[in-house]
This record gives sequence, C-alpha cells and structure tokens, in this order.
Amino acid sequence: MSAVVDTHGHGHAHDGHDHHDHHGGYGGVMRWITTTNHKDIGTLYLWFSFIMFMTGGAMAMAIRLELFQPGIQFFNPDLFNQFTTMHGLIMVFGAIMPAFVGFANWQIPMMIGAPDMAFARLNNWSFWLLPFAASLLIISFFTPGGAPGVGWTLYAPLTVQMGIGMDLTIFAVHILGMSSILGSINIITTILNMRAPGMTLMKMPLFCWTWLITAYLLVAAMPVLAGAVTMSLTDRHFGTSFFNAAGGGDPVLYQHIFWFFGHPEVYIIALPAFGVVSQVIPAFSRKPLFGYASMVYATSAIAILSFIVWAHHMYTVGMPVQGQLFFMYATTLIAVPTGVKVFNWVATMWKGSLTFETPMLFAIGFLFLFTLGGFTGLVLSLVPIDIQLHDTYYVVAHFHYVMVAGALFAAFAGVYFWFPKWTGKMYDETLGKWHFWLTMIFFNMIFFVQHFLGLAGMPRRIPDYPLIFETWNKISSIGAFGFGVTQLLFLYIILKAIKSGEKAPERAWEGADSLEWTHLPSPAPYHSFETPPVVK
Amino acid sequence: MLNLRCNFHARQKPNSGTSSGEDGTMKSSKSARSIATWTAAAAAMAFSGLALALEWNLQPAGSKMAADIHDLHEYVMILCTAIFVGVFGFMFYSVYAHRKSKGHKAAQFHENTTVEILWTVIPALILVGIAWPTTRTVVAQKDTTNPDLTIKVTGYQWKWGYDYVKGEGEGISFVSTLSTPREQIENKAPKGEHYLLEVDNELVVPVGKKIRMLTTAGDVIHSWWVPAFGAKQDAIPGFIRDLWFRPEKTGTFRSQCVELCGKEHGFMPIVVTVVTQEEYSKWAGDKLKLIAAAADDPNKAWTLDELKKRGEQVYAKNCVACHQASGKGTPPAFPPLDGAKIVTGPKDEQIKTVLAGRPKTAMVAFGPQLNDVELAAVITYTRNNWSNKTGEAIQPAEVKALRK
Repeated sequence: MSAVVDTHGHGHAHDGHDHHDHHGGYGGVMRWITTTNHKDIGTLYLWFSFIMFMTGGAMAMAIRLELFQPGIQFFNPDLFNQFTTMHGLIMVFGAIMPAFVGFANWQIPMMIGAPDMAFARLNNWSFWLLPFAASLLIISFFTPGGAPGVGWTLYAPLTVQMGIGMDLTIFAVHILGMSSILGSINIITTILNMRAPGMTLMKMPLFCWTWLITAYLLVAAMPVLAGAVTMSLTDRHFGTSFFNAAGGGDPVLYQHIFWFFGHPEVYIIALPAFGVVSQVIPAFSRKPLFGYASMVYATSAIAILSFIVWAHHMYTVGMPVQGQLFFMYATTLIAVPTGVKVFNWVATMWKGSLTFETPMLFAIGFLFLFTLGGFTGLVLSLVPIDIQLHDTYYVVAHFHYVMVAGALFAAFAGVYFWFPKWTGKMYDETLGKWHFWLTMIFFNMIFFVQHFLGLAGMPRRIPDYPLIFETWNKISSIGAFGFGVTQLLFLYIILKAIKSGEKAPERAWEGADSLEWTHLPSPAPYHSFETPPVVK
Repeated sequence: MLNLRCNFHARQKPNSGTSSGEDGTMKSSKSARSIATWTAAAAAMAFSGLALALEWNLQPAGSKMAADIHDLHEYVMILCTAIFVGVFGFMFYSVYAHRKSKGHKAAQFHENTTVEILWTVIPALILVGIAWPTTRTVVAQKDTTNPDLTIKVTGYQWKWGYDYVKGEGEGISFVSTLSTPREQIENKAPKGEHYLLEVDNELVVPVGKKIRMLTTAGDVIHSWWVPAFGAKQDAIPGFIRDLWFRPEKTGTFRSQCVELCGKEHGFMPIVVTVVTQEEYSKWAGDKLKLIAAAADDPNKAWTLDELKKRGEQVYAKNCVACHQASGKGTPPAFPPLDGAKIVTGPKDEQIKTVLAGRPKTAMVAFGPQLNDVELAAVITYTRNNWSNKTGEAIQPAEVKALRK
C-alpha cells in the first residue's frame, strides 16, 4: 500500500475540502494513464464503455440499414457477418461489462466506506488492458479476410476458415478475459476486507452484493472462455483436432465449453444491473428495499443455477432426451429466484412515496422490459418451443430485452442516479426524461416486432430475407435509427451537465441513504473515507 | 401482398386459404389470430406506405408435432401474459396511487415472510404445470424409431444434399441449391414470389408417412429446419444426428438454413414438397429412371464447346457465390479465377484442388458433390472463360483418374 500512498502524496480530510484535492503526481493525459484512483479508473471505464457502445452501435446501424429492405444493398454478406460478430463482441465485452466495472470502481469503495480499491495498481492495469483488446478487434477489420464473420459465439469449425482477423479476435478475448479476472479479484478482495467497521456483509448496499457474486462468476467463467478460444487457435494453426471430427474431435464440444462460460456471462451482465436497480427503486420510493435478505439469496441462487443450464443454448445439437429434459427443468427453475427479485422490486414500490426522475424511469423501464425478456426466456427454455425458435429473430428479440432493456437501461439509471455524486452537478431533468421516453419507444420499435419475425420463421444472422419479413424489418430498422440518434442526446445531456449543470447537493436524492449520499459531499472528493466511517 | 403471405406457407390442397384451422387440434389458435389480424390491420393503416406482408405467429402447422408445439406455445403465452398483467397491474397501480405528488406517505415495511414464501412456492408450482405437458412433447419429438422413409441430408457451403437411404425411393440422390437468380438478390431484377425460398431440386416426401432425416454436414455446422413440421436439427460435420416428422398435408413447405455457416448462410433454402402416396411412387420411379438416364457417360469424349456449355451451368450453381460471375472473386477471402495461376497453369493441380478443396478455407471438396462430367465441364469452363484461354478440354476420364 505504501506505493499507492506515494503516488498520491499527502491525502487529507475530505469534508468540504474538495477544492484542495489534487490528482496524484501527473497532470494531463499522464494523470489518466498512471492513475490508481478508483474514481479516475471508474471514469475511464465508463467513458471507454460509452465509446465502445457507440462503435458497436454504429455496426448495429449498418446491420439494420442492410436489413431495411430485401436484397443486398450496402454490404456484401461477408462484411455483414463481420458486423454481426463484432457488434456482439464489442457490446458484450466492450460496452456492457466495462460499464458495470466502472460503476463498481466508483461506487463500491464509497458504499462500503473504503478509501480505494484493494489493489490500486492492478486496477489501473485491469482498465488499460481494455483499449488494447478493443484495438485488436477493430484492427481485425483491416486484415486480409477482414474481421471474423462467425457470430459473437465464435462457433467451431467455421472459425477455422477465417483469416488472421480471427486470431486477433482470439487474442482480444484473452486480454478482455484477463482484464475481467483481475478486476474481479480486486472487487472480491475490496468487499471482503475493506468494509468500514460495523458494515457487515448483510448491511452492504445490494449493489455491492450483486457485484461480489458477479466477481465470483467472472473468476469462474472467463478462464473457460479463454480455454475454448485457445483450443480454436491451436485447431487453426497447430494441427490439433479439438473440434474437428476428422481428427477425433467434436464441433459440439466447443459449444459446450463456450456456453459453460456463456450462460454465467448472461448473469455477469444482469446481476450488476439488478444491483443498480436495487439502489434506485428504494431511493425514489422513499422506502427500504423489500426483502433484502431474500434478494441476496435469490442472487446467489441465480448465480449457482447459471452453471448448470448451459446446454439450453444447444437444444438443437442433438443431445439425448435425458439431457434435454435436465437442462429444461434446471433452466425453468431460474424463473423462481428471478421472480422473487421482480416481486421484491414491485413490493418496494408498493405504498412508497414515488417520484419519477430519470433514474427511476429507467429503473421502471428496466423492471417492465426485463421481466418481458424473462418471460420470453421461459418460453425459450421449453425444448419443443425452442426447437421452433432457436436461431431465429425471436432469440434476438429475447436477449436484447435482457441485454439492452435489462443491462443498458440499468446502466442509464445508474449514470443519472450517481451523476450528481460523481460530478457535483445536476443533469437537465427534462432532457433526461426525453432520453428515457425516446429510448423506451425506439427500443420496443426495434425489438418487439422481432418476436413476430422469429415466430414467423426468420433466421438470425442473415443479410437478406424473404419478402414476407419486409414490413417488420422496416419498422425495426426505423426504430434502430431513432434509438441510435437518441443516444447522441444522452451524450449531449452528460456533456451539458458537466459543463454547466446546476450544483448538486450532498444528498441529491431525498430517499438515497447509502454512505456516499450520507457521508460525502458532492462531488465526492478525490480521496474519500481515509478514516473509515462507523456504521451502526 | 396477402397472396404472398399464404404462399409462403403450404399451398394447401383442400382449401388454399390462409387459415390453419382446418383440423381440430389447431382451432384454439383462431381467436388469438383474429385479434392479431385486427391489430395487424390497424398497424397496416399506420404504415400504409409499406408493403403489407405481416406475420405475427408461428407458421401454420403441417404436422401434429407442429400443432402440439403451437398449442404449447399458446398455453405458456397465456400463463405468462396473465402473470405479467397481474404483477405489473400491482406496479402500475402503485405508480398511479402511491405518488409523492399526491401526498402519499411512504410505509416503512420491508419484509413479510408469508408473502415471500408464497411467491416462491406458487411460481415453482406453475413451472411444474408447464413442465408436465412439455415433457411428453419432448419425448415424442425425440422418438425417431420405426420410420417409413429415411433420408440423409448433408449441409454444404451453401446447399443441401439429399440421399434417400431407406424406404421407397432408396437410391435417389440429389443436391438442392437456391434457384433465385442473383440479379434479384442484387436488385437488378424484380424479386419473385418465393424470393430466397426456392430451389432447383425440392425434397419430395409422401403425406402421412413417418420421415426420418439423418443430418450431417460436409464442412461447417448447418441446421435443417422446416417450421411447419416443428422439425429442426443441427447438421454437424463428422456426426450424424436425426429428427423425424410426419407431414399431414400435401403442399410445399419452405424454410432456410438456421445456423450461421459462412458468407452465403442466408442463401441456402430448404423446400419440401409433400405429395400423396401415388404421386410419390410415380415421382420416385421417374426420378430413379431419370438419374439412371441422366448419368453422364464418363467414357464419352466431349468437345470443348459441349464442356463449356455444361460447365457454365455447373459454375452458376456451385461457384458463382464466391468466385462471382465475372471470375474476379471477392479477394482476399474468395480469390479470383480470372487470370489465376492455378486456373491457367497445369490442369492436374486445378483438378486436384477442385476435388479435394483447400483446407481451412471456404473452398470445399467438390469431389463428393459433383460427378466426373460436371467437374470436367466446370474446370474446362474456368480455363476457357474471361481472359483465360488455355484451349484445353478436360475429359471426365482425367478427373476420374485423379480421384483417390
């Protein structure tokens, strides 16, 4: 720890002295490159994730542009496949996951009354791995053969046919995985060792709980993905046959390994979102979270179940009937703890004293649409229905309800919620509401109709489609363009608030009661809780 | 456009309408459908400038299995909708009534053991109520025993090979390729009624018989699906999996490959024609005779012009997607043939490449897919087209000699 203290020189008491704060030994760009401060690193994560969100979003726009009408108009099918692949990888690993790590960095130390993350230098490295990984993904577009056009799942043996872009992607996945694992170790250590006196585990804000469990999921799942892509790499270049039947391997083995990572990954993305929403809803209901203990148990149950349901992504590979039944029963079970969470959130609002500022709107939007995505998940968990809907747009609609209306809406809720604490400024509430309603409307315009496309039989990942699907695709594409433009509004709201937002009070939200609101000024000083608060 | 919508599904012999409600098992979907139709009409008015080909639900069932899935889907949807409306009824009531702006004071309760146990146990019981009927369907869907007809389907990049391996028609074997002209895909010609859902050789099966499909693949994973039969199974290279269906209506049923299999994944449709037993027997007999008659005589000596003419057809079906009609390809993934060293150099090298493919690229082995005459013709065509002027006529016997 002495190294950390050296870097930051002489930290001092925080209350009311934020103008005395300084940002470590360097100014300018070097501040950000060398920073070991959890708030700086949180900010880096959040901006990085927004840039990736825009990059992946641009690819989504390209996809929806090509699908606006039947026929090949703008992109050849090869490039189209590259866009779908990179859109998925960038959004999952570049946008959503780093966004929540950003929240974790900013919030966990403040919420548990710790001065910083446990491993400050490691924290710096966890972040700075990301731009390199992202660069590899982007560079792959400019290699011979382009980026891989295999889907974000990188299924073998199609991966063997790809050019060098595939190798860059594999290395990028390795680096992203390393970043996640290091970040997780940091989060686990921080939460288990650095809580303020009196802050027992069961007194932690639920956001910290969901991140603690998520971090364990990451540590368990990311090495599995690294293994899967490494086997693909050796199949491509070193003559192994892990996934090649001609050499005694099995292409389906790849899918088992991938989804053993992939399903926990779904909850790696969803659980921190649950955490954010569990902070926001009580705050704007002015009422404690209903069923705190059952929330913790439900989150743990979801995490454990997530490791025994992976093959529900693979009902059509031809597994034995016993396998199909096991994975079906196990998968439907997830509905129980997930239901508990939804009921708890609704019960938290029940008989509260509700107001509807932008964070609350996004939280309610999350609750409503995430549950819808949960129900389509239940539909898909049933083998015979999944046989009809697997690899159709129904699945695309389902997971975008969970990823976008779930994770992204929660991230927006979190940004608006904590923005006053982070910057000391208030955003423009009217514009925030516009952002919510436009996002809500365009989101449903894009994805609700995709349920119909899937039911009617439109396969996913196709650059061109039969005429029967034209109308829904047009509506979906128009929604997508609207959604894309709306996110520029978000950027404007944030920049405007940073530049000229009104000053935010220490406790910007009447009902917010975790440590960062009750013990720290707004903006939170560069170094906070050097002397831990005592929690009763 | 309405016409287009019905034709996407079965052209049903008894009444060629849009309704799926002609047998008892499918009636339950009717009311939901009529609501959907009204909503569709409303949406249609709103988007009157767009083409009105709206589909809202699963395709009409062409087998009992598909009808069962339909019913199961409806059952689960009704349950989910009821729960959804119930839960969010509470939430929106709260949003309406428990507002600070209305002066509502927050209660401070934060747990209730009875309620929490109830909302854990009741969902679990509902799940049992869903799992029970579903399990029966799963078991039935997996039972591929005692088929009347067994057909092997092989996924290739990017076409389907069908081999009738057991039952009437045994020995029939053909490749089924997209027949939509490329001009339509490239928007140089108006798109036809069955755009992207039409093939040169349709799979033909008899109505009412249990058909078992063995799926496999020659290169990467594909997935064979006919929604109207509720039948989908991945086709995995090096492994054989199976599925079954029993078509209950005659007509043509259309679908597409549903596992991303590379560049032309969106362009390998599946078309199944279900005919009566008599029609099937006639078709199978004719097809076998045709195959025998059309079998190219590999010993015949072909002229350059004959080979080029034949080769052009083979090229259009098998090569044009990657190497392009211009022979320029789309490098670097799909290299050009026009002026290429391998095409203008020693012919044996090219024959070997076409026979065995290029490992780790999209250039698959055409040896198993095409006969000696087709291979000789297409190689001759590439060697004497565009700027390539070798003047060589490759004879089928030369291809045969290089087959291992």
